[in-house]
Amino acid sequence: MNFDFSDDQKLLRDQARKFLQDKCDRKSVRSILEDNQKNYDADLWSQISELGWTGTAIPEEYGGLGLGMLELCVIAEELGRALAPTPFSSSIYIFAEFLKSYGTDEQKKKYLPHIASGEKIGTFALSETNGKPKPNNIKTQHASGKLNGSKNPVSDGESADYIIVAANSDSNSNYNSLSLFIIDRNDPGLNISNLDTIDPTRPACTVDLKNVACERLGDEGSGWEMIDNILNRAAVLFSFEQVGGAQVSLDEAKKYSLERFAFGKQIGAFQALKHKMADMYVKIELARSNAYYGAWALSTDSNELPIAAAGARVSASEAYNYASQENIQIHGGVGFTWEYDCHLFYRRSKLLSLNIGSIRQWKENLISNLEKRNIV
Amino acid sequence: MDFNDTPQEAEFRKKVRSFLEANAEKRSTLAAKPKGDSGSSISSAGAPETVKGEDAAKVALDNAKEWQRKKADAGFAAILWPKEFGGYGGTPIEQVIYAQEEHDYFVHSGYFEIGIGMLGPTMMAWGKDEDKKRFLPKMITGEEIWCQLFSEPSAGSDLAGIRMKAEKDGDEWVLNGQKVWTSGAHFADYGMIVARSDPTALKHKGLTYFYVDMKTPGIEAKPIKQISGSANFNEVFFNDVRIPDSQRIGAEGDGWKVSLTTLMNERLAVGDPPGLDFDQIFEASKEIEVEDGLAVKNSEVRQKMADWYIQSRGLQYTKYRSMTALSKGQTPGPELSISKLVTASKMQDVSSYALDLMDMSGMVHQDQNPILKNLFQNGYFFSAAMRIAGGTDEVLRNIIAERVLGLPQDERSDKKLPFNELPSGKN
Repeated sequence: MNFDFSDDQKLLRDQARKFLQDKCDRKSVRSILEDNQKNYDADLWSQISELGWTGTAIPEEYGGLGLGMLELCVIAEELGRALAPTPFSSSIYIFAEFLKSYGTDEQKKKYLPHIASGEKIGTFALSETNGKPKPNNIKTQHASGKLNGSKNPVSDGESADYIIVAANSDSNSNYNSLSLFIIDRNDPGLNISNLDTIDPTRPACTVDLKNVACERLGDEGSGWEMIDNILNRAAVLFSFEQVGGAQVSLDEAKKYSLERFAFGKQIGAFQALKHKMADMYVKIELARSNAYYGAWALSTDSNELPIAAAGARVSASEAYNYASQENIQIHGGVGFTWEYDCHLFYRRSKLLSLNIGSIRQWKENLISNLEKRNIV
Repeated sequence: MDFNDTPQEAEFRKKVRSFLEANAEKRSTLAAKPKGDSGSSISSAGAPETVKGEDAAKVALDNAKEWQRKKADAGFAAILWPKEFGGYGGTPIEQVIYAQEEHDYFVHSGYFEIGIGMLGPTMMAWGKDEDKKRFLPKMITGEEIWCQLFSEPSAGSDLAGIRMKAEKDGDEWVLNGQKVWTSGAHFADYGMIVARSDPTALKHKGLTYFYVDMKTPGIEAKPIKQISGSANFNEVFFNDVRIPDSQRIGAEGDGWKVSLTTLMNERLAVGDPPGLDFDQIFEASKEIEVEDGLAVKNSEVRQKMADWYIQSRGLQYTKYRSMTALSKGQTPGPELSISKLVTASKMQDVSSYALDLMDMSGMVHQDQNPILKNLFQNGYFFSAAMRIAGGTDEVLRNIIAERVLGLPQDERSDKKLPFNELPSGKN
């Protein structure tokens, strides 16, 4: 039994943690939160790119470091702990993974080296309306090499140089109609307008497409299948970010409960708070273990991935939502002030739990994949 | 990251497998799953499964003893014990591997777990050489069964609040009082007991630890019928029970220290989490009709089941992490407390929700109930006990808060006063 990260991976974690403590403190997170003009921390982005984090799991032949998905999981947890305001998830967990899995060799050569070096940013545009994206609410249409439609919300769309767009490639709207297309940010038919989000350190926008030139990614009509696969892969990485943030929420709740005195003692000595923090710990440990299983499935290309990813995703979303919410509760009045940091986690946890589909959707994914496995 | 054994572990597993294959009957995977109301699922209980009638109980005990004998002959009965006392001299990971493998077979080791897991190690640490020589070998072979006489009506979560009197009379001690929740007291040959030898001393200082022959005059064990209908525990009454001072373990007044050795040896939580779980309600949901068709297709049911799945698998993978630590020679800490805390509540939620799904037929609690033979009805009752036995939810949360998270201990008013001056609500 070796259900743990290796010593090298732990070393990477320690280095990443130290680096982010230094270069991504709360002040720099707040500088993005409080500045409407900035979508992400560009200095931080160029530094983590220089360190090679953006190329961690991209093969060497396409400009990456060629390490594995486990190393990327390690980095994800640290980015989550630090609340890093960067487009890392959109560009690396999603855009790069789409290219790695479905790009032609030519496409990989064209895009991946720029993504690996961090000099270009990619993202993915799926949703068009309230609620779960599905065939009857995807209206964006592909015809004769051009895309028309509107996507909303698109994470990191304003920062992106390339966007993968999901669009119908025939006149039907069913599970075999969807295809994926890569577009360039500089296309004159593209109109991007910023949207406010519940966590402004993780921005989103509306992308309007009018006769936008595009190239197809993967097979025509297999869009939903590719999306399922890539979002499963991304879900594991997101779950590590979430576990990281949840752990810091608990650590900060604990720290405050030991500093704050009421009724003549540390508030952390009251059972009501001790038990609450014990519950936070339990949820986080279960989430961490589920995330580890996801990491194993991801790194070994196991058939278990859809189940492991959904389990990791649900568990981590719930743990982080709970930990960040109860962190505010334990802080009492100051917990809901702008000055204290609790809201940074409260914002981030909810945003992350929605970013690649809600808890509700992932629970549904989990059960339907368990049903499928049972039939097989 | 992988789930493979190290070469030594694989070698050990092979040995265990060939022993089990040659000597025991394998469960089919389906029959292995629902364990329902089995006393052996409580972490510190180890009592036999519910049996009807004394004959059935005797047969079960005889079978278990026969199995224990075989295990002892093969060297697997006490994997963590040193060889000099008949143990295997093995490592915690080997213990886990054995338990994993044995879990797939129809055998009962529950009767012996308290002795081998907790009481034997206490005797090794604190007992006299002649006692070790006399008792430990028969504990391993199952010839003599031991029970643990700790809890009392007024000493549950607050275990050091023990009131059982131990009064010295020459070379003898006279025990008077009552113990409770004693697994197996009705068939045990010997017991280990903590009693109050000095009520004027501080609470944790006035206790002394002994072993007793359960056939000593004045000891009477009465089974306690639980809400589940089964009786895995006893109350044990001590009426002027006279034992020689030579049956004392540790010094007079050191009873709490000795007890801690016993409690620290609570067996490692191994094997599958016990009882009702996601798998059972998932299966049942394919048979039960709700307002819009089969329950498994109902969105609310699916959402709930997903919660139980992540808890269930989260615990399983947490165990893999603990095993990894064990495999590297590290000791998993009190973080293992989360297992029972989560399992018991999950079982209560699952069974209560399943009864709800069954609608009116959920009321029926008899063997003919078509849905998985009463599994959820039994679980409904058993889970309520499980949230209390072996550490209540509240005690476990305190353990996590204090020992894992390092939060302050509860403020206590019972540490500075002599025991007989403590408020008890009875004075």
